[in-house]
Amino acid sequence: MSRISLTVNGKARTIDVDPSTPLLYVLRNEFQLNGPKFGCGMSQCGACTILSEGRTVRSCSVSVSSMQNRKVTTLEGLGGSAHPGFLQSAFVKEQAAQCGYCTNGMIMTTQALLDRNANPSEAEIKQALNANLCRCGTHVRIVRAVKRAAQERNQTGRI
Amino acid sequence: MRSTAISRRDFVKNTTGLVIGFSLFGSRLHSAGLGEQSGFNGSPLPTVLDSWLVVGSDGIITVFTSKVDLGTGVLTALSQVMAEELEVSFERIHMITGDTAQTIDQSQTSGSRTLHKAGPQLRQAAAAGRHELLKLASVRLDVPVEKLTVNDGIVSVVDNPSTSISYWKLLGGKRFDVTITATGTAAEMRVAPEITPKDPKDYKIVGTSIPRIDLPAKFTGEFMYSQDVRIPGMLHGRAIRPEHSIARLVSVDEGSIKDIPGIVKVVKEDHFVGIVATTEWSAIRASQALNVVWSEPEAKLPASRDDLYSYLKETKPFKEQSVANRGDFDSALARSSRVFEATYHWPFHMHGMIGPSCAVADVRDGKATVWAGSQGTHRTRKAVADLLRVPENNVRIVYAEGSGCYGRLCADDVAEDAALMSRAVGKPVRVQWMRHEEHAWEPKGTAQLMTVRAGVDQQGNIAAWDFTDRYFPYTAGPGIPLLASTQTGLKPNSPGFPGNGYEYGTTGSGDVYAFENQRINCPVIPWIQNAMSHLRTCNLRAPGAVGRTFASESFIDEVAFHTGVDPVQFRLRSPRNEQRTSEVLLAAAKQAGWVERTSPSPANGNSNKCIGRGVAISDRDGAIVAAVVEVEVEKSTGKVKVTRVTVAHDCGLIANPDGLKNQIEGNVVQGVSRTLFEEVQFDENGVTNKDWNSYQTIRFEDIPEIEIVLIDRPELGFLGAGEASIIPVPSAIANAVFDATGARVRDIPLTSERVLSALQRRESRI
Repeated sequence: MSRISLTVNGKARTIDVDPSTPLLYVLRNEFQLNGPKFGCGMSQCGACTILSEGRTVRSCSVSVSSMQNRKVTTLEGLGGSAHPGFLQSAFVKEQAAQCGYCTNGMIMTTQALLDRNANPSEAEIKQALNANLCRCGTHVRIVRAVKRAAQERNQTGRI
Repeated sequence: MRSTAISRRDFVKNTTGLVIGFSLFGSRLHSAGLGEQSGFNGSPLPTVLDSWLVVGSDGIITVFTSKVDLGTGVLTALSQVMAEELEVSFERIHMITGDTAQTIDQSQTSGSRTLHKAGPQLRQAAAAGRHELLKLASVRLDVPVEKLTVNDGIVSVVDNPSTSISYWKLLGGKRFDVTITATGTAAEMRVAPEITPKDPKDYKIVGTSIPRIDLPAKFTGEFMYSQDVRIPGMLHGRAIRPEHSIARLVSVDEGSIKDIPGIVKVVKEDHFVGIVATTEWSAIRASQALNVVWSEPEAKLPASRDDLYSYLKETKPFKEQSVANRGDFDSALARSSRVFEATYHWPFHMHGMIGPSCAVADVRDGKATVWAGSQGTHRTRKAVADLLRVPENNVRIVYAEGSGCYGRLCADDVAEDAALMSRAVGKPVRVQWMRHEEHAWEPKGTAQLMTVRAGVDQQGNIAAWDFTDRYFPYTAGPGIPLLASTQTGLKPNSPGFPGNGYEYGTTGSGDVYAFENQRINCPVIPWIQNAMSHLRTCNLRAPGAVGRTFASESFIDEVAFHTGVDPVQFRLRSPRNEQRTSEVLLAAAKQAGWVERTSPSPANGNSNKCIGRGVAISDRDGAIVAAVVEVEVEKSTGKVKVTRVTVAHDCGLIANPDGLKNQIEGNVVQGVSRTLFEEVQFDENGVTNKDWNSYQTIRFEDIPEIEIVLIDRPELGFLGAGEASIIPVPSAIANAVFDATGARVRDIPLTSERVLSALQRRESRI
């Protein structure tokens, strides 16, 4: 067991945990953050994606010890139903999901994209999301939601 | 269980100002609505109106149904049906779904039948409820029912609107205590048929694009999937299974995991082995490290794809299904001017659920509560009860949504795993399968070997049609013990391999056309071994019909080519349901900008990048679809890119146009994926593609433009839309590839290698 400290959604957290534990299980089971999902455990599908210091991280495939003293943002950190983030609102407006299990990865990956490129082209959106899998086939709506989110964010300056 | 309705007008104010309701697990796990009859696991009676709906004093109307939302949004549509019939606003409807303690068994959620079959059942229960509420209001207001009108649950007098009373004043929190008519069971149950429902022409809520009730919470992490259910004291479990088919346990070396912390128990029940640990990571590590020796499997799987199709071709069927034998095929064929024949191969496909199966079970004192994403919780209840050898009434299964499943998956298997392990430790246990387990053990969609023969008369019309589809039966599914049940001693119901009576149907075999002499056979071939294996099979979206339509609609195109007729015009000659099919086909052609000509396209010349268009139609249970596909084929590599898909769709009455479009888009994308990329690979030792790199599904870069034409036919009622529009997609793609290149590919998936090899053969002659 090791003592690991990290900041999750702006809150300092310290836990005693098997240091080899993938970050995903700590977020879900220790902190009850259900946004990130287990999909493959191999960085192949993107359902577990979180942000750390502006970059996407596949939380199923990094150990919690590697996140020592790092900052982590999960889907919950982008907003909740009381105060949804701009991306979450755009996804609602475009009804951009069916089962929604992959959506965490879609939103987190998009957040990172829009933070580095405020006006991505359709090709850039597709490229950014290409390693995120969706089985329900809601890709068309997801691309629309990302475009809408970018546009609305640029108009309103929302973060 | 009552759940919380959360108002989030600010969240969605730019859409509709919708009130969002969703189930919050863990809040009141063992509470129940008035619909519950008694005991741990009540069996609500369909003849009791209170079993269907409860009017709360808070103005919320709770509806109970065994139908569940598998991620398609059907609960939103059902809520619209209930609100419409009850004359209340949509936000007042709250659904309790798939809880065996509280919901009537209206059959599992499958086969595009939720709106089709359960829609009218629920609508009639709602109509009966409104009828009773109006009777109560009539007494209370002392006005005849005919003089009453309802607006959002407020009953008022037609000529005197100030005299009014609400449903919740009339009944809030109390039972109806009314008996209604309900005959038959499950999907065929007829509920209160004597009550006249609203006329669809008066619908105000059904037919509108109300946003999905579940989506906002899914976008914030607040939605409770089965994977997110946590109950106090919960431990984590993982099952360990033999390599490729169920085998006998020889030994377990518990010493092999002695260094892993947090192990609670190595669970051994007959030939089932599982690990329970305090943390999920310990359970995973231990399941990977535990040294287990299994007996050699009694039978090997087919060693290759070729072996598989040879087996399908040469093995005597255990069931012949002659589903059409009209006219005299042999004589008609003998009279024909030209005869054509072709064989098509459809592979095993995965459902490929993004979130591996997960369940939480709490088994104590001979009673079990299990939260699982089962399509049919009543069915899961029986399986778990049989496994634990307790009466069904001691088991309660509560539905918690998993990820989109598109057919029976392992929600039932994992429920059993969790139940066994929970019983073994006397505490709640959560089990989620790992990705490789899901890929390996999920029941697959069957491989199919299809042969079509046709005779064409002097006018170029098909006068004789003979279609044969050889496939395996469901070797997983209703009536067949699940994995853990099998491992703990229950044998497959031999000769249950083959034969639990569930097969891959017959639609898509050319039955969309009414040929004068038509023979359709779907012989069911026994599975190769009498044991659960990686290649067990069950329903996968429009089971069997997608493969058969690939064959029949490719073949129609081949005949159209050889007789020199435009593919749309050729299809217009003999549709069985002439008016609706023609309208759908012409609508798709018009939207796609179809220009009448024969294939292949004359426009591509010698260019490397060839453009083509293809069409196909389907009719499944009355839901009629036409798809027009446009492709680009790179001749040097054989790579196919689907650029645009146009779908015209007639599924009768449309409940929610945007929800329907979402379904159609999903069907199209999944159809493109299965056609271009997907094939279960295997050798005699099991499935070999056990991750997403080796079982490729479509990615954003390959998503086509999708255009949809909806045809609303309120007079037909709901016909079902969950599966219809995937059916014509593969054949339309294959036809477009032919149009682009003149090369016909009769094997799915249309990989670059196959297209290239067809190009090289230039096998355009049948």
